[in-house]
Amino acid sequence: MSGEEVPAEVVASLEARAREIRRHIIRMTYAAGSGHPGGSLSATDLLTALYFRELRVDPERPDWPDRDRLVLSKGHAAPALYATLAERGFLPREELLSLRKLGSRLQGHVDRGKLPVIEASTGCLGQGIGMAVGMALDARLSGRPSRVYAVLGDGECQAGPTWEALMAGGHYRLSNLVALLDRNGYETDGSTESILGIEPIADKFRAFRYHTLEIDGHDFRQILAAFAEARRISDGPTAIVARTVKGKGVSFMEGQHAWHGKAPSKAEAERAMGELGGTLDGVVR
Amino acid sequence: MSAPAKVESLRDAYGQALLELGERDPKLIVLDADLSGSTRTVLFGKKFPDRFYNVGVMEPTMMSIAAGFSLEGRTVYASTFAVFAAGQAYNFVRQSICYNRANVKIVATHGGLLVGPDGGTHQIVEDIGLMRGLPGMTVIVPADAPTARAATFAVAEREGPAYVRLTRESLPTVTDGSFQIGRAAELRSGSDLTIVAVGALVARALEVAGELAEIGISTRVLDLASVKPFDEPALLRAARDTGAILVLEEHSVLTGVGALVAATTGENYPVPVRRVGVPDLFGESGEAWALLDRFGMSKERIREEAWELLRLRGKVQ
Repeated sequence: MSGEEVPAEVVASLEARAREIRRHIIRMTYAAGSGHPGGSLSATDLLTALYFRELRVDPERPDWPDRDRLVLSKGHAAPALYATLAERGFLPREELLSLRKLGSRLQGHVDRGKLPVIEASTGCLGQGIGMAVGMALDARLSGRPSRVYAVLGDGECQAGPTWEALMAGGHYRLSNLVALLDRNGYETDGSTESILGIEPIADKFRAFRYHTLEIDGHDFRQILAAFAEARRISDGPTAIVARTVKGKGVSFMEGQHAWHGKAPSKAEAERAMGELGGTLDGVVR
Repeated sequence: MSAPAKVESLRDAYGQALLELGERDPKLIVLDADLSGSTRTVLFGKKFPDRFYNVGVMEPTMMSIAAGFSLEGRTVYASTFAVFAAGQAYNFVRQSICYNRANVKIVATHGGLLVGPDGGTHQIVEDIGLMRGLPGMTVIVPADAPTARAATFAVAEREGPAYVRLTRESLPTVTDGSFQIGRAAELRSGSDLTIVAVGALVARALEVAGELAEIGISTRVLDLASVKPFDEPALLRAARDTGAILVLEEHSVLTGVGALVAATTGENYPVPVRRVGVPDLFGESGEAWALLDRFGMSKERIREEAWELLRLRGKVQ
């Protein structure tokens, strides 16, 4: 897939932003003492590309009717979304360390009732994609230009209702819908292929009538090219299988399912921050 | 006694009301999961095809799609059988709809044993308990077609999720359709005993109350169609005025309206309460009304329980 049109300085800027978001994720999960760093770090580049290059959104008008919608179907990647929203100006950075604390708007899984910039509350898997289908149907019926992006987890692809919703998206030919799979290969207990294999996943999306692209989910040129191609598809939805690394950016978390739902200790968080070019200064658990 | 009541379809009443709602609200959306003929949403679908989605056999995702539409500002009605709406789709109703405070009205037909010959798999007797336990959920169990019609409109007026349970069987018309959310309808006044009933058993409550009147027993009958929110003042007034309450529901006695009445009176004004409903059992195939008798909701059983309460209160020997 070619993406030569994206200038090097744009890529560098996105990479720097993603690194900042990863630093937030480590600080937040350390401060919270729990959370899901692995699947947050794997989805970081996808969310960065979405919020800084792809989504038509405006922090000055978060409820702008014609905005694009992002539904985090894998709601446990909440730290990544909160950090991205903060970097994009939708919430104060200082609020990030309240993650999972009593009274916080930053619930363990994203909660629209507490934080209205969240499009849909998710967490129990296999539901966000269905809500995204409803939103895409509404946009089409209402004549709004909004596009709807649903970020799916790969463990979530074992859930039957995920495929119900995907089937509906294909049946209704929702060309304003993008199913974006964070294919990091691991779920809570181990690798998806050792537990309940979802491959050949791209073929499954194709069979469900999705224009399907496979990319490196950490290569901004490939991510942006896939989004651009999805915009050109007018006769149905697009699925993007983004091959990612669980725990991306922190050496000892990469490819380790143990980091699906566990916070780093102080020593681990300090080491992670060192690798990401930051410090843990000022963050207390 | 008055002339035999007219027997009308609650499902037809719902389908007709939806047509009117579709005219009133040009943004209204209706969803169904391959049972649109049975639920009567097909009527809406024929008249407003662009606002009707028959999503096929995917009840959980129907709830998520409904929530998605609703989060964009639309009122959505979603219909299927109660066993699928409250059972199959439970956690989707919980998270996609209730947790999101989505304005989705679930109108579930074929609740309870009156499903009949299809058997126990399809006779959900747990749905009122499941739906009542969800934060923010409104729960309505109409006793007849006029209430089904009124409830269809009433839930549209009330922001937030709602669950309306209808029966497959047509039922005798026992109300004047003046249903209001949060209000119990006193269908018969009385001072010796109160019968609180919902759904199909409201008619039986009135029959038994009529029989008791012939031997000088004055029985109040409350239709608790609005299960959540429910009319606590009317219930406690009945406890004070009559001193005993018999609850009738075509639902599990473990988690239904009987449990609600017992807890509410127990905390506020303890009086003897007895529950007539489905014991801790699944249903089975059979003619619909025969199933009510078989599972402990016969008129004889209702009379016996009423008599027991009257005896406890010293009103009969």
